Amino acid sequence: MNSRGEAMTNLHPFLPFLIAAILAAFTRGSLRSAIMLAAPLFGGYQVMQAESGTMVMLQVLDLELIIYRVDELSLLFGYLFHLGAFICILFALHLKDTLQHVAGLLYAGSAIGAVFAGDLFTLFVFWEVLGLTSAFLIWASRDERSFHAGLRYFLFQVLSGVLLLGGALWIWWTTGDISFNEIGLGSGASWLIFMAFGIKCGFPLLHNWITDGYPASTPTGTVFLCAFTTKAAIYAMARGFPGTEILIYIGAFMACYPIFFAVIENDLRKVLAYSMINQLGFMVVGIGIGSALALNGAVGHAFNDVLFKGLLFMSMGAVLYVTGRSKASDLGGLYRAMPITTTLCIIGAMTISAFPLFSAFVSKSMVMTALLDEGHWGIWMAMLFASAGVLEHAGIKIPYFAFFAHDQSIKAKEPPVNMLLAMAIAAVLCVAIGSYPAILYNILPYDAPYSPYDITHVLTQMQLLAFAILGVVFLHRTGRYPDEIPSVNLDAEWFFRRMFPAIYRGIKVVISVLGEMGGQAVRFTLGFFLDKLSRHHGPSGILARTWPTGSMVLWVMVLLFLYLILYYVE
Amino acid sequence: MISHNLPALQIVLPLISAPLCLLLLRPKLVWIFTLVVCLATLGISVELLSLVINTGAISYEMGNWAPPWGIELRVDEISSFVLLIVSLIGAVVILYARKSVEREIPPHKHTLFYSAYLLCLAGLLGIVITGDAFNVFVFLEISSLSTYTLVALGNDRRALTAAFQYLIMGTLGATFILIGIGLMYMMTGTLNIQDLAGRIPEVLDTRTIRASFAFLTVGICLKLALFPLHLWLPNSYAYAPSAVSAFLSATATKVAIYVLLRFVFIIFGVTFAFEVMPMGTVLMLMSIPAILIGSTVAIFQQNIKRMLAYSSVAQIGYMILGISLASVTGLTSGILHLFNHALMKGGLFLALGGIAYHTGAARIEHFKGLGQTMPWTMAAIVVGGLSLIGVPLTVGFVSKWYLVLAALEQGYWPIAVVVLVGSLLAVIYMWKLVEAAYFNKVDKNEVVVREAPLQMLIPTWLLIAASLYFGIHTELTIDAAQKAAELLMEAGR
Repeated sequence: MNSRGEAMTNLHPFLPFLIAAILAAFTRGSLRSAIMLAAPLFGGYQVMQAESGTMVMLQVLDLELIIYRVDELSLLFGYLFHLGAFICILFALHLKDTLQHVAGLLYAGSAIGAVFAGDLFTLFVFWEVLGLTSAFLIWASRDERSFHAGLRYFLFQVLSGVLLLGGALWIWWTTGDISFNEIGLGSGASWLIFMAFGIKCGFPLLHNWITDGYPASTPTGTVFLCAFTTKAAIYAMARGFPGTEILIYIGAFMACYPIFFAVIENDLRKVLAYSMINQLGFMVVGIGIGSALALNGAVGHAFNDVLFKGLLFMSMGAVLYVTGRSKASDLGGLYRAMPITTTLCIIGAMTISAFPLFSAFVSKSMVMTALLDEGHWGIWMAMLFASAGVLEHAGIKIPYFAFFAHDQSIKAKEPPVNMLLAMAIAAVLCVAIGSYPAILYNILPYDAPYSPYDITHVLTQMQLLAFAILGVVFLHRTGRYPDEIPSVNLDAEWFFRRMFPAIYRGIKVVISVLGEMGGQAVRFTLGFFLDKLSRHHGPSGILARTWPTGSMVLWVMVLLFLYLILYYVE
Repeated sequence: MISHNLPALQIVLPLISAPLCLLLLRPKLVWIFTLVVCLATLGISVELLSLVINTGAISYEMGNWAPPWGIELRVDEISSFVLLIVSLIGAVVILYARKSVEREIPPHKHTLFYSAYLLCLAGLLGIVITGDAFNVFVFLEISSLSTYTLVALGNDRRALTAAFQYLIMGTLGATFILIGIGLMYMMTGTLNIQDLAGRIPEVLDTRTIRASFAFLTVGICLKLALFPLHLWLPNSYAYAPSAVSAFLSATATKVAIYVLLRFVFIIFGVTFAFEVMPMGTVLMLMSIPAILIGSTVAIFQQNIKRMLAYSSVAQIGYMILGISLASVTGLTSGILHLFNHALMKGGLFLALGGIAYHTGAARIEHFKGLGQTMPWTMAAIVVGGLSLIGVPLTVGFVSKWYLVLAALEQGYWPIAVVVLVGSLLAVIYMWKLVEAAYFNKVDKNEVVVREAPLQMLIPTWLLIAASLYFGIHTELTIDAAQKAAELLMEAGR
């Protein structure tokens, strides 16, 4: 469809990151920093130039793959991921760990590749690279906890990839069309793909890789992780299943239940992971409604979420980097030593709570308005509750316990300047989009005019926030607020970390007993078989040893007679 | 003038240069001379290929005697493709040969090596380009005799017995081919291949032609080392100098397969060979054990050159399996694998030569810790091994994919299973190398091993990189193979 010449001008956006990753593996110091920062800048510039409607095909055997497809929806995520990649790379720039740099670059690049993939197989390839490279960001902590958490995380990613591949093959088999457009629930294949996307969106009971894996990553790795995987999944969901009603209920549940876990959780990065599922809930609800306004709200919120959630993860990462601690019970009183970080963290906290003039307000209110437009009152109430919960666990708990609360007199200082700079960029964008929403609205993919700053919205939101704050203060004053106790809370993880291992151990005992009996028999048969095999095929076996020339010639004669007889008989 | 005589120059140039080598006494000078000749030969075959693509098949009359009385050289879609493979491998290997030959062959025999090498190249090119059945035999003898010399130059004493056995078996094969050609001549009175193709159908029902067909089948199968006639191959490849192993494995058996295609499809025709005669069944019954037994034996080998030789036996099985299906897809897979296997096995043998350069041999114990000491060579072996296994994005995958397609097309699903099992066996024998190289520590008392010289690494990686390139960019080779397959299927109808 496209000539080679066009393919050259439409450089695939994964390439800059791939090249930078290869170079980053071999360079060090400021040269490497320059290369790494150049990748998202160059790629971002390319995407700015890209025109909606462009497609680049690649013929692989009998498959016509659309490896690069540009439209409004993919462009929005393209901008977002380049922006996110730049901030993440800047935040991690001081590291000397080659593994993290390479994995981070490839990870960001594959997320970008995934949103520009025009068919299911290309999507699958990037989907798997996304899973693999991100697992390395967790393993980069190089301790016992991160090793196991990374394995569990990787298991979920592989499961999602396998489901996607299965669904893609199934669709290819039945329809012969592999292009990635609206799928909609209907056939069995579509359910497979729905679950594949659902796992990476953090559906309830399938969300544990987020709360388990993210806090185990390195201070900088978590920032990468929070930006890409789930947002790529939101993109895929928005493209494949817009207006699927079941998503409204799933999303509402996702928005509500993490609040309880977030309140009692002690590890502040895990609190943020729960809060991430809560925010994803808003996006999933938006996709489920499926109106132009709701979809705009969902993807717009994804855009903002990368910035403000990234900002919060960065501030916690900075705290962890400086103090080596991330548990609420170990932290407190850091505002004196880290005033800039504190300020930036508070901006992030106010954004996630959706204060007017901050970015989350302008995107979240779109989803809320769309809910009312479509008449989902019950869900609207649930989402209001979720919004209040956000304020509590992310808006107040995070900055309060990290920077104020009981002073632990920890020795600390401000983090390196690149970390501060990355946080500052995110913070500025949070405020800029919130105060001047046209920046975001102009690049939203669907046509739905909307103005967030009218009396009703602002008033509703302010009332909500005011009463939520009041509630927290009341609980605190009366001593009913749950204390921060050093503990590990398990939700559905209990299945994965306690029950399954227990079942596994049980099965192992049974197997070992059976194995004792069966093993002898198997070992005997196998040994017998291998012995036979090596007797014939081994170095001195009849099939492998050097034959006397006479025997070789004999074989030639035998074959000649065989052929002669065969050919004469016909 | 020169462009008109290109087909003749293709063989005459290396043929004349071979004795000229003996006049240049200094080994380095001889090498440069041989390199120049090989590059010129490569240039000629590139030119011929582009001529054939642009203007169609070329028929060249030797000494202006018109065929069928005179000798004809014929360059068409298939032969120009094989010519390119042979001269390409010939040039790459000679680029590599200097360092390797310095290490493995005593200085006073260097000149001999290069002139035998040129003779062998001339013979192989001659087999491919000639349009005359008797000349096939003549060039076969030229290439075979020089091959025996080349194998015997190996620094292991067993090279001599290996060369001797190869000589007996090779001569036997060539004799059978000669008898086959003679019987055909008896019935038709012509030796020109095109002419034979026209006259043979009238006499197909005679016993003489059937006998000639049997002699030709056995003779060629012996030359291309189809199981159970492969017995000469493992030792010749294992004990020959490294450069020779690479050159032979990538070209000699491939040219023999080309001869098989030529005789069976063009002279006798598909209908006779595969419908009247049971050739398809016989070849299939030979190639399946070739794949399974060849791969299994390879697993148990301690000498890695010998292991790769047995793997070659298995890979030849894949090619013949594709041909035995006698369909366009089957032939395409066979011809594709002919090219693809030349790249990967050539690259692998060159890499082994790099290892033998420092360790003196390539046994499994020499591989310990090579992942650290020779990272580039080991990387080449891993990539080549992946290709042998048939992992996607390598050439090995492409040809196996077409082979499976061809088998399923005719409903032979057990063949797909055989291909799969063969790939699994390949995983096992390549894994042995990976395990030794990356998971074992270097022995302390061993000689210090460093990366192979650049002059050897670059040719190795040229072939390995080509095996990756053609695994991703498949249109070129698949188109050429498909065209050749259609031509062959049409020829004898």
